[in-house]
Amino acid sequence: MEIIITGLVLGGTYALVALGLNIQYGISRIMNLANGELLVAGGLAAFWFWTAGKVSPLLALVLIAPVSFVANYLIYVVMLRPLVKRAKSTGELEVNSILATFGMAFVGVGLMLLLVGGQYFSYNYLSQPIEILGSNYSLNRVVALVAAATLCAAVYLWLHNTRMGMSIRALAVAPDSAQLVGVNVDRLSALAFAIGGAITAIGGALISTFLTLDPSSGVLFTLKALVIVIMGGVGDIRGTIITAVLLGLLETFVATVIDPGLTLAATYLVFVLVLLFRPQGFFGKPTS
Amino acid sequence: MIRPQETRGLVIFAIGLVIAAALPYWGQDYWLEIGISVAMYTAIVTSWTIFSGPTHYISLSTAAFYGVGAYTVAIGQDFLAYPYLLPIAVVLGAALALLVGLTTLRLSGVYFVIFTLGLAELIRQVVTWSQNWTGQKGVLVDAYLESHIMFWQFVALATAVFLIGWLIQRSKVGFALRVIGNDEQVAIHSGIHSSQLKVLLFMVPGGVAALAGAMQAPQAGYIEPLTAFNPQLSFIVVIMALLGGTGRIWGGLLGVMVLEAIRIFLPTHTTLVLGLFFLLIVYFIPHGLVGVILDLRHRWQAGRG
Repeated sequence: MEIIITGLVLGGTYALVALGLNIQYGISRIMNLANGELLVAGGLAAFWFWTAGKVSPLLALVLIAPVSFVANYLIYVVMLRPLVKRAKSTGELEVNSILATFGMAFVGVGLMLLLVGGQYFSYNYLSQPIEILGSNYSLNRVVALVAAATLCAAVYLWLHNTRMGMSIRALAVAPDSAQLVGVNVDRLSALAFAIGGAITAIGGALISTFLTLDPSSGVLFTLKALVIVIMGGVGDIRGTIITAVLLGLLETFVATVIDPGLTLAATYLVFVLVLLFRPQGFFGKPTS
Repeated sequence: MIRPQETRGLVIFAIGLVIAAALPYWGQDYWLEIGISVAMYTAIVTSWTIFSGPTHYISLSTAAFYGVGAYTVAIGQDFLAYPYLLPIAVVLGAALALLVGLTTLRLSGVYFVIFTLGLAELIRQVVTWSQNWTGQKGVLVDAYLESHIMFWQFVALATAVFLIGWLIQRSKVGFALRVIGNDEQVAIHSGIHSSQLKVLLFMVPGGVAALAGAMQAPQAGYIEPLTAFNPQLSFIVVIMALLGGTGRIWGGLLGVMVLEAIRIFLPTHTTLVLGLFFLLIVYFIPHGLVGVILDLRHRWQAGRG
């Protein structure tokens, strides 16, 4: 039972992070390998708000989300749009965006190292225990789970019930055809990239309430988010959420029953199996 | 058959090789240390280029292969003498590359990048875990090699990689690879077994990086997971290769020398510097220094004629 609840919390926050990446990759077609660094930056901001002014991380989100939105919008317009324009094929764009976002990831780690040094940052926020079904959990994890679930639901409803959400889904399914029916691909791509970035930063702020982060821990989150996006299906919000929760459960299971040092190994084993037998992801349709 | 236009390249290569191989006779110890590093990186980077140049797949698994090579020596030294372990490292590295290739190379490039990115970390976790289980932390390497032997060892490896690359380039396989690089659909329709070829080719950097890791083991002296599977190696190799340019076989050597020179003046490769290099390559020199040189030569010839 403890494994299930801890796994759900972990999965819920993974879902949020992977959701941000999936929106960026599925819609803007940018494989953002700096995703994990963005997450750590979000966590760092929440940490600062808490240590400097005792501002609750949940309140800090009101500022973190828009700042991340604007920053990601600028990154797309200044750094990535030239690559999109320059690319002659999707393959070329893929290679270039991978290298460019790698560069951004390294620069991000480097800047954060300059700012805070190699130290870990963690703080105590809502760490009092709460009893659920007979066992104790810390309140911050539960709050993070509720916040993540709310946000995932909001994104899902937004994508499926608004006109803009419909345009964005059209863009995810068929970028060329979307243009034919009057979707402004360039503008929406930038917007989707910014929204994805904002969601990732929120995820980072929530994760920082119960996990210890340091400037170089971003790459592990990037890896996990990538694996989740691919297993759940690119552009598929529902698939991402379900896969993230399953992965959270798997990791918690492996960490408690076998060894905490093997969580990535377990993730990878599942990833290999998916690549071998269902490369289109759990919920994706086969592509020819 | 060696074509006339190839003779010039081979002669330049031979002269360069003789000068480089004589380094222990005219250089000081300090330069020999740098020479070892340059020769090792040249071998690894050139083998990386052999695969990634024509296929455009970005492999980040160098550290995984390198670590496998180092651990081949660390574990194998109890059973076999050091020289016999080197071919075993090659076989293990190539076998690992085969497995990775079979899993990911028939899919799009993104899967391959993600998979290779995590591979070193995955193997490191498993090795650390099994070491915790047996209660040991790291392994001392018994074999010892003089610096100049170490250097020649890597020069020989780099030479072999250059020759492999050259032979592949001028063969039918090389032609097929160029077709794949230009348009994979065309290649498949012309009857080229694209996936098979990529998987086989990926075994080259796998075997070479593992061999380099095994060769380096006596100099490292002490093998532990964190240093053997250092992910930074993978990134440095990518930067060296792309900075030099993957269009020509000598691009890697160029990239290695520039980055080594920078390392002499800026002793610590900070993450920030690595990141700036990535951005520099993508935005300003997408075809590497090779591209810049070929472009200049082209313009110079056009200006003369």
